[in-house]
Amino acid sequence: MEIIVASSIGVLTAGGVYLLLRLRTFPVILGLALLSYAVNVFLFASGRLATNLPPVLSPYGDASYTDPLPQALVLTAIVISFGMTAVLVMIGLGAFLEADSDRIDMEPEENGADAANEGSA
Amino acid sequence: MHWIILPVVLPALLAPVIGFVMRHDITLARIASVAGTVLLLAIALGLAYMAADGTTHVYRLGNWPAPFGIVLVLDRLSALMVLLTSALALIVLIHAISTGWDARGRHFHALFQFQLMGICGAFLTGDIFNLFVFFEVLLIASYGLMIHSGGKDRMRAGLQYVVMNLAGSTLFLFALGTLYASTGTLNIADLALRVPEIPAEEAALVRVAAILLMIVFAVKAALFPVQFWLPASYSNAPAPVAALFAIMTKVGAYAILRVHTTVFGPGSPGTEDLAGTWLFPAAIVTIALGAFGVLGARRLMPLIAFSVVGSMGTLLVAVAVFSTTATTAALYYMVHSTFAAACLFLIADLVVTRRSGDALQPELPTRQNGLFAALFFAAAIAMAGMPPLSGFLGKLLVLDAIREPGLIGWAWSAILIGSLLTIIGFARAGSVLFWKSTAITVPDAEDGETEDSAASIQPPLATVGQVAPVMLALAVLGGLAIFAGPVSAYLDNTSAQLFDRAGYVEAVLSPVEER
Repeated sequence: MEIIVASSIGVLTAGGVYLLLRLRTFPVILGLALLSYAVNVFLFASGRLATNLPPVLSPYGDASYTDPLPQALVLTAIVISFGMTAVLVMIGLGAFLEADSDRIDMEPEENGADAANEGSA
Repeated sequence: MHWIILPVVLPALLAPVIGFVMRHDITLARIASVAGTVLLLAIALGLAYMAADGTTHVYRLGNWPAPFGIVLVLDRLSALMVLLTSALALIVLIHAISTGWDARGRHFHALFQFQLMGICGAFLTGDIFNLFVFFEVLLIASYGLMIHSGGKDRMRAGLQYVVMNLAGSTLFLFALGTLYASTGTLNIADLALRVPEIPAEEAALVRVAAILLMIVFAVKAALFPVQFWLPASYSNAPAPVAALFAIMTKVGAYAILRVHTTVFGPGSPGTEDLAGTWLFPAAIVTIALGAFGVLGARRLMPLIAFSVVGSMGTLLVAVAVFSTTATTAALYYMVHSTFAAACLFLIADLVVTRRSGDALQPELPTRQNGLFAALFFAAAIAMAGMPPLSGFLGKLLVLDAIREPGLIGWAWSAILIGSLLTIIGFARAGSVLFWKSTAITVPDAEDGETEDSAASIQPPLATVGQVAPVMLALAVLGGLAIFAGPVSAYLDNTSAQLFDRAGYVEAVLSPVEER
């Protein structure tokens, strides 16, 4: 159980970071989505992994339960990352339509005076 | 005692009303937005008065006791930051309205109010997950403001800004997960109780969380090595938005101050020497980067953006010492650099919109060349830290506060040399923009007709309403210098309260009084 969760978080994060470093908008968006999946699972696991247990304390003796707080945190995180991904897609689309290219870095402008500055920024 | 939540609720209620009801009537939206911001300023003044006596006021949402419910905490530091935010917001808003920036795209005022909600919430919250949520609120509003009025470069810079901050948010969640897994709480006061109980040899996870959090806040505060997004974003954002963003970098600095003092600060054996060790060298490099950027910039907006990076470096050098005197200096410099940066962006906007662009090359002088030159140099003097404005006193306080033998050499030489380079950069930019321009005459017109057309395309003179915000910001800087004594006395108490960890914990975790 632990090894599956841990390795899936690791693989998702690695894939997310790799895609995040790409130069085109679409892979970067996918990378951020993967990263947010990874962090959701990670948050979920931060309250210790427990299978088949209720997220409430039972009044009838059985003391084992799963921590409910990370579940609430994960819900918040899912909502926010979903919304943010939607915003990112819209801004990426806007940038693509304005510039006719989905490269994510700033290309040097045509007149030489500004080119060096954009490169350093 | 519901005053504490008003800086969050007021913009939160106003923004949708502006967005939905007043979307087709810019005049109405302007009136509502200004009224809301003035009201916010009044509330912030009231809160500052409330916090001035040194008690830590706690607002429990839903009246749930502290570690279980979410709390808002008002102490001198949060009151100061909310006051700073609302004063800056009013100045920026007047500029945006009088220059017509707010009408160049949709929903400026709604996004502006949401931005204020997020910033005020981040300053007031006493729960670190709630801090994340308010970060997202202020970020999502800033994405909208960043690409306000569109354009190819701005959209692309906006995209980078969004990607950078989303990656930062993910890191924030990783940090929170690690912190929760090792302590079982996310309430700042509760963390301040539990983190010191962890012995140094078992604190590995908490140390990871502390450093992750610092990286996240460093992204916001534009600290080396994660400062690279700032110049591209700020120089391509609409100028009033860039001026408002002057407070956003301070959100990062505030979060470092709050979290790494109260939770991981002096007294926590596992983490107390962690933040300063890493923060200090990074801040030194940030000063250097800012100074070289100012010197090397070929356009006005990136030049100002790099000077913001440099000022964040100076601020964080003082923060990194984690002592009360250094924190007093940091807070004074924080107030100063917020207004100085905003002032520079606003005056740059007035100049740039009257030229063909913001490239630093001589051009026909604008009609109010003298006025703009005077304002620009006043703001530049403040930013670079020369007397008589508050930048000089701010840097002096920072230098005076850093006297540890291992730090003094690095800090003093970085700040002093950085200031010198910044002065050179600004002086060169200003003389190209304002003085070399006067040497250029109108290209000799062959006949009177072309001269007339050249005159007719002259941009309009800056109105009183357009110059007033810059003057107001300069007046604040002057006031900071004149009233430096009372201000630094107040800030002394502020930093003493910040380092009084036991008082904070007791105020927040005290049981709810029955009603």
